[in-house]
Amino acid sequence: MKMSGSILIDADRETVWAALLDAEVLKQCVPGCQEMEGSPEEGFQATVVQKVGPVKATFKGAVTLSDMDAPNSLTLSGEGKGGAAGFAKGGADVRLEDEEGGTRLHYDVEAKVGGKLAQLGSRIIDGFAKKMADQFFESFQTAVAGPAAPEEGAEDGAEVADADADGNPKEKRGWFKRLVSSDEKQG
Amino acid sequence: MPKDHGIGAAQTRREDVRFLTGQGNYTDDINLKGQAYVHFLRSDVAHGKIAKLDTSAAAAMPGVVRIFTSADFEGVGGLPCGWQVTDKHGEPMQEPAHPIIASGKVRHVGEIVAAVVAESLPQARDAAEAIELDIEELPPVVDMKAALEAGSAKVHDDLTSNLCYDWGFVEENKGAVEEAFGKAAHVTTLELVNNRLIANPMEPRVAVGDYTRHSDESTLYTTSQNPHVIRLLMGAFVLGIPEHKLRVVAPDVGGGFGTKIFHYAEEAFCTFAAKACNRAVKWTSTRSEAFMSDAHGRDHVTTIQLALDENNNFTALRTDTLANMGAYLSTFAPSVPTWLHGTLMAGNYKTPLIYVNVKAVFTNTVPVDAYRGAGRPEATYQLERVIDKAARELGVDPIALRRQNFVTEFPYATPVAVEYDTGDYHGTMDALERMADFAGFEARRKESEAKGKLRGLGVNCYIEACGIAPSNLVGQLGARAGLYESATVRVNATGGLVVMTGSHSHGQGHETTFPQVIAEMIGIDESMVEIVHGDTSKVPMGMGTYGSRSLAVGGSAMVRAAEKIINKTKKIAAHLMEASEADIELKDGAFSVAGTDKSVAWGDVCLAAYVPHNYPLEDIEPGLEETAFYDPSNFTYPSGAYACEVEVDPETGKVTIERFAAADDFGNVVNPMIVEGQVHGGIAQGVGQALLEGCVYDENGQLLSASYMDYAMPRADDLPFYSVDHSSATPCTHNPLGVKGCGEAGAIGSPPSVVNAVVDALQSAGKNVTHIDMPLTPARVWAAMQ
Repeated sequence: MKMSGSILIDADRETVWAALLDAEVLKQCVPGCQEMEGSPEEGFQATVVQKVGPVKATFKGAVTLSDMDAPNSLTLSGEGKGGAAGFAKGGADVRLEDEEGGTRLHYDVEAKVGGKLAQLGSRIIDGFAKKMADQFFESFQTAVAGPAAPEEGAEDGAEVADADADGNPKEKRGWFKRLVSSDEKQG
Repeated sequence: MPKDHGIGAAQTRREDVRFLTGQGNYTDDINLKGQAYVHFLRSDVAHGKIAKLDTSAAAAMPGVVRIFTSADFEGVGGLPCGWQVTDKHGEPMQEPAHPIIASGKVRHVGEIVAAVVAESLPQARDAAEAIELDIEELPPVVDMKAALEAGSAKVHDDLTSNLCYDWGFVEENKGAVEEAFGKAAHVTTLELVNNRLIANPMEPRVAVGDYTRHSDESTLYTTSQNPHVIRLLMGAFVLGIPEHKLRVVAPDVGGGFGTKIFHYAEEAFCTFAAKACNRAVKWTSTRSEAFMSDAHGRDHVTTIQLALDENNNFTALRTDTLANMGAYLSTFAPSVPTWLHGTLMAGNYKTPLIYVNVKAVFTNTVPVDAYRGAGRPEATYQLERVIDKAARELGVDPIALRRQNFVTEFPYATPVAVEYDTGDYHGTMDALERMADFAGFEARRKESEAKGKLRGLGVNCYIEACGIAPSNLVGQLGARAGLYESATVRVNATGGLVVMTGSHSHGQGHETTFPQVIAEMIGIDESMVEIVHGDTSKVPMGMGTYGSRSLAVGGSAMVRAAEKIINKTKKIAAHLMEASEADIELKDGAFSVAGTDKSVAWGDVCLAAYVPHNYPLEDIEPGLEETAFYDPSNFTYPSGAYACEVEVDPETGKVTIERFAAADDFGNVVNPMIVEGQVHGGIAQGVGQALLEGCVYDENGQLLSASYMDYAMPRADDLPFYSVDHSSATPCTHNPLGVKGCGEAGAIGSPPSVVNAVVDALQSAGKNVTHIDMPLTPARVWAAMQ
């Protein structure tokens, strides 16, 4: 199964790059992720609970990063074992490009499944993988840059939005961007 | 008036009383005191090296009795192959080891890597999840053509290649066939795929192993079509248990279709583990396991060429086939694409020159073996499709082209080594024409057109070789066993009979039909006859049921044993009536002396045999029990002509079967209702192959069609009401009943007529479609029309 696409993220390239290497961001963004530990150098260990069609399983797996060319491109590869449910493995080539309005993230994903996942889920695996990718990048966008803005308002000026219930200005930037912006770093 | 007793009576099946009221005793109904349960950890990759297999954590899980890996089976034999094919150079086939538990490497998804025996099945499953298994993936071998290319990864490292054998038949004819093609006025070529199928009997496989320590006896209860064959193979070649210490029981079995012929790893495992654990061990296959561990069927890729002269006579035929063996050689796998396929390539036609080449290929897929028809459907499909294509190319009527080339004189020795004893191919075609109303087809086509549908008519003939098989012949062809059958007829003192048959019933209705034969011979009621089968401790020997052989071979053995009984009872009757044995007649359950009014009843003679107060003790022994072995002198050759009418929805490509007619020649028929049922079921499976069923592997060797979500079985609304006829019968000349066998005919005879009909429908709409590979799913038909 192969899948390609791109997404425009409202953040600069360094911010996006740093987010890609952050275990906490990945944990937030990988659908069904229960645990994510590790570092870009040593790889990440993950536990993901997912339901593919009739097969629900806890996948334990490892993700390694390679071919790292900061802040331009990297390759993610991983394998998750779901016990009786079978396995999923795959890789993604990710490329970042500056673009008007932020950073464009290009991805080429190749994935394969085995065991019960293939036996029972093959018909739905493509749709499932697409959904997973969409969810991942939507969460990634949110984590890095805040919720996707409406079409017309996708400009810098829209960043400061209405006040929230407590009267504080509602920060539309994602938590990761706030975290990495030195002027807002919290103690 | 139709008979209601004996041979020819359409008696309802006595076994159905228990099947329909939930009283059947299937293997899964057998639960032994203290039994443990096994769960098999199976490979989920197609090809790989077992890098790590650590069972220590799993062994400490609750309820675990013992965990077995390949290390526990060192010194134990692998699963044997029962047929050795010799290739066209005179060399034996490549025959890899077939371990019970994968050793070193895994070679297909579903192969057993470890077995967890636990107090309960959930505990066994939980523990299996705790086994640490690491498989380093190797390049999977999935596609047959790629598997034969130089540089392909090898399924078996110790073999020279993935080629099991390269078989040429008849190799001596090859030159003459080439020459005939050179002179042909017309050559029709067709490339086709005989789709891989999964048998899917309603009852999945089950095995219960048991062991009695004090007597050192092992018992296996298993879902088998041939318990004696399992006892022989497992006892002698796998586990080294002498037959007197090994009992194999195959009780009620819910359908086999070939896939329960073979000796499987799970059977050997449960027998072995029961002894190792000193307690009964039970395995019940889940449906998911069945998909990836039951032997699959078919999976041939063929190029066939038919040569015709200027008068449309068939002059030569040649085929090139790749046949998938899967990862290991299942019990009878090598025989299916060769001796059960090549010998049938003459079909119903007097083609003088035939050459068949078959390359059998190892791939990282589940082993492939016999499935209802086994080789004969593959032969029939190729032949009847290429004839249809030739008729279309030549612009001649497909029925007329077939009739013109029919064999009409019997016995007929084909150029592919078999001799048809009898048949009447014009007769069955006449019967088909009467039933199928070809004259009304154009009107029906117009009706379909008015509804926006395309209607097509397809016809084909078939011949099969059944009643497997003459032992000396199959021995020469590579069979490692004789294929006779045995029966013991025991007459009780009060006249009732028990027939112990080596045939096995798993849906065929032996308990009904076999007593009909005995009842006919003696002139008693069927209720006086009981059939015992499926237990090696009760039946002396048997080769089982497959290849439509039960009645033709097993029934013949029973007739021979019953004849011995009748001869003996005549001697006793002659003694009792003080008459000459030659004058004794047995009719309607009584012995009489010809030309007199002297008579003695069957029961009185039987009683005399056991209470021999007045008995010819100096001539014959008391008692009344006889055994006979019957070895057929030839195969039987059922044949027929089938017609299918389809409607195709041009918008969606959906095919519906509107009419189906089957005219069969089964020789004599013992129970016409059961025969019709067999034909109905066979056609359902043939239509399943033609329209619905297809086993799919992805390029990584993952089985994608592994549940009923993705593997489409035929359902009632996929099938029409059939018209069937078996009145055009030419009795078999060489068995005592004159029967030919009917179990596989429907599955052999139906796929080509379905495909021929769809091609006819599409061509009627001006589409230049000459072939579509099965299954003819809406997507394939629609794509072909674009």
